[in-house]
Amino acid sequence: MSRLQKWFWGLALVPPLSVFAVWGIWDNAKLFFITLLNGLTLASLYFIVASGFTLVFGLMRNVNLAHGSLYLLGGYVGYIVAEKTGLFVLALAAGFLVAALVGLLMQVAIFRFMQGEDLRQTMVTIGLSIVIADLLLWGIGAQVHQMSAPGWLAGPLRDIPLITAYSKYRMALLPLGIIIGVLLWLFLNRTRVGMMIRAGVDDRGMLAATGVNVNLVFAATFAIGAGLAGFGGVIGAVELSMVPGEDVRLLLASLIVVIVGGMGSVVGAALGAVILGVAETYGLAYAPTYSVVFTFVILVMVLAFRPRGILGQAA
Amino acid sequence: MSAAEWRNAMNAGSGRLAMGKVLVLPPQEKTESWTRKNPIRARHVLVLGFLLAFPMYATPFLTYQIGAQSLALGLIALSLTFLGGYGGMVSLAQMTVAGVAGYMLAVFGASGEAALSLGWSWWIAVPIAIVIATLVGTAIGWLSVRTEGIYTIMITLAVGVAFYYLCLQNYSVLNGFQGFQRVYAPTVLGINLREPVPFYFLVLACALGGYFLAKYILRAPFGIAMQGIRDNPRRMNALGFHVMAHRVAAYAVAGLIAAVGGVLFTWYNGLVTPGSVGTSWLINILVIAVLGGMRHPIGPFIGAIVFVLLQTFAIDLIDRERFNLVIGGVFLAIVLFSPDGLLGLWAALKSRFPSGSKFLTPRGGIR
Amino acid sequence: MKKRTFVRTLVGAAVLAVFSGVAYSQQTVKIGLLSNLEGPFAAGGADGMRGAELAIKQKNGMAGGRKIELIKASSDAKPDVAVNATRKLVEQDKVDIMVGPLSGGEGIAVKEYSKTQPNITFINGSSGAQATTLVNPSPNFFRFNTEGAQWMVGLGKAALDKGYKRVMVIAEDYAFPYSQVQGFMSEYCRLGGKVPVKAWVPLGGKDYASVIARIPKDVDALVVILGGADAVNFLNQYEAAGGDKPMIGGSITVSQDVLNYKGKRRDSLVGTIAGAPIADSFDAPEFKAFVADYQKNYPVSAGGYPSPSLFALVYYINMKAALDGLDAVKGDLSGGQAKYREALTKMVLKTPVGDVRLDSNRQAIGTTFITEVVKDAQGNLSNRVLRKVDGIDQMLGMKKEDFKMGSRDEPNCP
Repeated sequence: MSRLQKWFWGLALVPPLSVFAVWGIWDNAKLFFITLLNGLTLASLYFIVASGFTLVFGLMRNVNLAHGSLYLLGGYVGYIVAEKTGLFVLALAAGFLVAALVGLLMQVAIFRFMQGEDLRQTMVTIGLSIVIADLLLWGIGAQVHQMSAPGWLAGPLRDIPLITAYSKYRMALLPLGIIIGVLLWLFLNRTRVGMMIRAGVDDRGMLAATGVNVNLVFAATFAIGAGLAGFGGVIGAVELSMVPGEDVRLLLASLIVVIVGGMGSVVGAALGAVILGVAETYGLAYAPTYSVVFTFVILVMVLAFRPRGILGQAA
Repeated sequence: MSAAEWRNAMNAGSGRLAMGKVLVLPPQEKTESWTRKNPIRARHVLVLGFLLAFPMYATPFLTYQIGAQSLALGLIALSLTFLGGYGGMVSLAQMTVAGVAGYMLAVFGASGEAALSLGWSWWIAVPIAIVIATLVGTAIGWLSVRTEGIYTIMITLAVGVAFYYLCLQNYSVLNGFQGFQRVYAPTVLGINLREPVPFYFLVLACALGGYFLAKYILRAPFGIAMQGIRDNPRRMNALGFHVMAHRVAAYAVAGLIAAVGGVLFTWYNGLVTPGSVGTSWLINILVIAVLGGMRHPIGPFIGAIVFVLLQTFAIDLIDRERFNLVIGGVFLAIVLFSPDGLLGLWAALKSRFPSGSKFLTPRGGIR
Repeated sequence: MKKRTFVRTLVGAAVLAVFSGVAYSQQTVKIGLLSNLEGPFAAGGADGMRGAELAIKQKNGMAGGRKIELIKASSDAKPDVAVNATRKLVEQDKVDIMVGPLSGGEGIAVKEYSKTQPNITFINGSSGAQATTLVNPSPNFFRFNTEGAQWMVGLGKAALDKGYKRVMVIAEDYAFPYSQVQGFMSEYCRLGGKVPVKAWVPLGGKDYASVIARIPKDVDALVVILGGADAVNFLNQYEAAGGDKPMIGGSITVSQDVLNYKGKRRDSLVGTIAGAPIADSFDAPEFKAFVADYQKNYPVSAGGYPSPSLFALVYYINMKAALDGLDAVKGDLSGGQAKYREALTKMVLKTPVGDVRLDSNRQAIGTTFITEVVKDAQGNLSNRVLRKVDGIDQMLGMKKEDFKMGSRDEPNCP
């Protein structure tokens, strides 16, 4: 962005937003700050799901439209495991592992054979998402599945200044999102595999030429990306419940997050998640009628002016 | 530069398609050889004869629900094939353009919502609806030509979903969740176009019109330039073509085709609601286009027939509950084993093994 | 399931055709059944199918001396899909009587389609849009169930009796909740209650945190009209956020699918009052027999609910009307079904929840229950009957001139 553009965007965005903030705090400070917290915690969930999506896209140029189905799968698996064992942590692990396994299978059995055919891969993922959604409906049914939060996270956190009470579980999402983000960053920046992945994002051909088994790196990345969707599913199963249709909703959310932030960038996903989460919750709190339209308008605007997202780089 | 020279340039370039481009669709060799000679073959007469005679021996139900619906959907999907197969821009918002036409038809024409519809005659309302929808299609194009490949899919999906929520939430103009009921085809010259057979012929005429319009444009210099841009925008730019303008113009043409299809589809249903422009329909149009194959303008119609047949009769073969499994499975099988859809399958069968294997083995390697 | 019936009907048809030739077509009455087996109402839609099938089973597949052949179809709550499915049943499968569809928008669309098929009789499934029978009614579309606004009559008074003087409405932003809110508010406002805030939540929103943050301190209760996953999400998030205001539920908020969702916490619903055309613990013998029959035919192990849902009951009622009508005319569907329709129009239908008559628009005048959620010894939640209101018509007791259909702003009493 040129300096002029930065000034333009600064002038276009900052004054109206600050006017809104001042008005919001003056009008009803409690509502304003609860909504902010709601936005950030929702962003946390969006980030966890979308980071897997962006990882896969960044390395493989594979827009995995079955990502939402993996989210749903993870949620159901988590529910079943929690039901059987009563251990939330085990449910998280199971959700991650099963989704990662399915993702690995998809990469090894299908996508490996159509490397570089972006559009065809996308089509295949559309087909997969329809099939997986229907298989889940068949096997699990259309009933609403709602996981319970672990005991120590159930109920509200009381006596917080200004906003009085807030859901413990939801509050916990915030640090969780940050931890996942930091772990992902460490993994990508400090480990060997992470470096290979980053190298692959920048130049797949060169990475292969240096003797790295690219297929292995691809498979690992796909598994981690899918696993994050499943992990997000288990978290979402507590806060948002699991039901057919959630897959499409989370897929759309992930798409918006990574498009706004810039595909392939984990930091971008975080940024996009915050923008989406905050826009969604403030929209619902202050202008419910057109709140959802509003979200998509943001997306269209970002793409119209930054075709590769805010932090996206040329492919 | 003449069209013939362009074709040569294009064919020469087709071997090096893979360079640097995100989105690559197969070149149109078959179409080219066809257009060069342009003979009317037996199969063309056969197909046309079949289409004309269809209502004579089919029940009104088959004429209307299978025949007319397939052709109307095929027309909408044709606009996607035109953009995606020949322009290299896969837009998921073509159903949105069709929906805009349907909504405008209901707003300007007559509907069950007397308080919201202006109730103008069809010969005013239909052109207005088509013009507005075409403009919307062009505007969507103008927004999305800045993006490429996968991003185009995403931005058009976003535009489509935004329009869906707008329809859902706006009651003052678009009547919200209920949408518009009783949006019926008019009676023209004493012929009630709501009747299955007249409506079938109306849709058939429009579908043939769209088909030949697409064929004509694809052979015209503009269409050749468009295909050139699909294959290598940088080279075309260097040759002095305004890449963006060509792409936006392609969206405009596709918008027109989708708008006509939208008017017909709305008349077919007799209603237009947010559900008609929801995510599932956006995807369905892509499914239809890919199912049929994007290599030839006939593809979307074949895809639509298969889609409508599946949708209507799958419940007699299996549980309706598992219908989506069938649709998803068929779609998956097609994209996995024949990237060029049913047309590709046909071509593979026809030419047996040598060229058949070409469609079955993925191209690629790491780029 | 469907496939088996299909094969069975094929075999049956072949056998019958061989033995009785032409007589076959006179013997069997084909009834089309349209519900939702996919989309947002898939769970309720499947239970609706169970209810309709139960009505046929109870009569051993016979009505008016003729054998009933059932042909099923499904849509996904979209009007265009519903019309396509109905058209297939009517024009391709040649059904004589249509029962369905499930949701409001579908109902209006199928009603419009019914006008093009004047020789077929259409009976509603469970769709509850007010406009279906109020705006451009169709002479051959019958609705033996009461609709969304009627289901809430009596609840306004019950809320005031509980001492809720100011309430906030939280409902989804489309026609069905509008009608439910209207049914509640027209009585509540008339009796002096106040509704300062209405939060209309756009369809598809699943995160209610923002709505919860908007709940003002000075309301006594929340009117929550959300169905399925939305209701479950709202309840959990509200409880987790420390909310403790009592709730007043819509007819779909405390239906079986919400009370029995897969998960642990449901206790926050205990004490919720609601209006609905069904109440699990209604103790009339007809209703108990219906519930017992449902449980016998569709045990929980086979996917049924512990107690029939609203969808099961309403589909059962409408299918029963279709069959009782056939009984009344002894299976005579001749003359464009004129006699059959007259019988339906005049019928006083015996349902598990009381008698139902039709008004001049062929819309049911029937009973509504005011219920309260209670927890039984096994920990299952169910609805206890507080009050039963009979003879509710679609005008909600208002004069035709005063009546306006519900919308975002109608009625209004801040």
